[in-house]
Amino acid sequence: MSQNVQSASATSAGDESLNQLAESLGSARGEKHYSPRRRALRQFLRHRMAMAGLAVILLLVVLAIFADQIAPFDPVQTHFPDSRSAPNAVYWLGADDLGRDILSRIIHAARISVSVGIVAVTIYQVIALLLGALSGYFGGLVDSVIQRLVDIVMSFPTLIVILVFIAILGPSIYNVMIAIGLLSWPGPTRLYRGQILQLREMDYIMAARSTGTRDSRIIIKHILPGIVSPLVVNATFGVGAAIMAEAGLSFLGLGVQPPTASWGNMLIDAQNLTKLQTMPWMWVPPGLAIAITVLAINFIGDGLRDALDPKQTET
Amino acid sequence: MARYIMRRLILSIPVFLGITFLVYLAINLAPGDPINTMIPFEQIAESTPAEIQAIRESLGLDQPLLIRYGRWLYELAQGNFGRSFQQKAPVADLLQDRIANTLRLAVAALVIALAIGLTSGVIMALKQYSWLDYLLSVFTLAQWSTPPFFVALAAIYIFSIQLNWLPSFGMNSVRGIDTAWQSFWDQVRHLIMPATILGLYGSATFARYTRASVLDVLHSDFVTTARAKGLLNRTVVVRHIFRNAAMPVVTVVGLNLANLLGGAVIVETIFAWPGMGRLGVAATIDRDYPLLMGVVVVGAVMVLVINLLADIFYAIVDPRIRYE
Repeated sequence: MSQNVQSASATSAGDESLNQLAESLGSARGEKHYSPRRRALRQFLRHRMAMAGLAVILLLVVLAIFADQIAPFDPVQTHFPDSRSAPNAVYWLGADDLGRDILSRIIHAARISVSVGIVAVTIYQVIALLLGALSGYFGGLVDSVIQRLVDIVMSFPTLIVILVFIAILGPSIYNVMIAIGLLSWPGPTRLYRGQILQLREMDYIMAARSTGTRDSRIIIKHILPGIVSPLVVNATFGVGAAIMAEAGLSFLGLGVQPPTASWGNMLIDAQNLTKLQTMPWMWVPPGLAIAITVLAINFIGDGLRDALDPKQTET
Repeated sequence: MARYIMRRLILSIPVFLGITFLVYLAINLAPGDPINTMIPFEQIAESTPAEIQAIRESLGLDQPLLIRYGRWLYELAQGNFGRSFQQKAPVADLLQDRIANTLRLAVAALVIALAIGLTSGVIMALKQYSWLDYLLSVFTLAQWSTPPFFVALAAIYIFSIQLNWLPSFGMNSVRGIDTAWQSFWDQVRHLIMPATILGLYGSATFARYTRASVLDVLHSDFVTTARAKGLLNRTVVVRHIFRNAAMPVVTVVGLNLANLLGGAVIVETIFAWPGMGRLGVAATIDRDYPLLMGVVVVGAVMVLVINLLADIFYAIVDPRIRYE
């Protein structure tokens, strides 16, 4: 340690010596100096639960992409002689009422969950970014109108309004994506607006404005990068919530329609007490699939938040 | 205070109009003739074109959308929600009992959610970075990530089928109820599982907010001052920390109730609890629009009232809000 300090004081004057001093003090505490981005990455990689979550999600994405190659059976192919068979060497997780392989259905249903998560979240994040940026940057009347709209949609009992959507458009995976996408933007809109309100007062934005930079350029070059962190965290938790919402709707018979397999609609049959009691292979695996997936995503979200945005408490 | 409440009440009027108008608009823009959303299909099939035209005029369907919406609101103000297609009864009658049942479930769930959420949130914050904090954080996240319907199925499997402790569906038993006390106890037994599952699901949000809120206060100057004065730890925690940490949590209670009502839709369906959520699902499947509108209006009013109460409570605890 003393060697470091000596070498620092021995270098020539100016910025260089200051930098070296800072570096040597840092290394004296066993730390290196990283850019904020690398520091965030390092912290994220050190979050053990987030890493476990990431592994689970990567596996899930691989399953979703290569479902046709990986699944041992066609997910909608019926094998009536084997209907309701318990897990065995052929049907690893057993077969359902119609003799369809449960493992294959679970693997194929990963596609549904992954795509609902991604599409629904993309829809509402785009809306939230646009409205949040307009509201926060311009303020005034634009802000008031958008914020009242946020108030209104926020006081919707969301699931009940989704029911209206489904009643009108009919149950299908696309309508589930649209319904979740069109109703979930108020939370993030408010979040981004707050963030932008703070950024707008920053000196570097003032500087950009005083040099005559156009609004559009200020928003894209200087404001949007400032809300990347909350966006990433919010979108991650959002994917988990969307997957959960899809499962819930499909479970109620208002989402993905059989014979297409979704983790939610695979649980419909289990509402029968006899099956619940004697055929746990029909309801435990899809339920666990939802829980593990959403948990993994939420762990990633937690890790990202700790790494990117330690102050943010909203989820 | 009265002025604040008045102002807040007036502010919730446009929100109510906004919600109902959007839903009204959505139902009226549904593909097909709006008359299909107003009277049952069989009635249309049995009527001549002239009769349908007469119905159309009597329902005001020849009027512009805004006027129709105004008429619908006017009827609503008099408690007329229209007639359910499927159940052939006034929607208001159908809703009446259901509202009480859903409220009973939601209030019980809210109490459980608050009890679990606040306790674990406070423990996590006061023992930050301890194994207890870690354990409770993982538990909270797991609760939040497990779909309530899966927990419900597992609970029915364990507590109804294996242990035979609790009933798995409905709100009342059909037999063996003689006294008022038995009937009360019977309803409580039916309520335990759905309310606990809904409450556990809701508790996760409270726990996370409470933890963040207490941590925020924990490191503020006035807490350091209180400790420096030599106050008992208990006094600092109860008087200085809890009081200030409670406020942000209160607003979340309001917002969370909307989620709880959503969760109630699923829990009511599984446990065959005769509430509004189950009615809403049935109305959706049957495309029973007047009934669905009724459910939405009542749900929206519930959320508005709860948010209003939360704001008023907030203003009582924190006088600065009133003078903003």
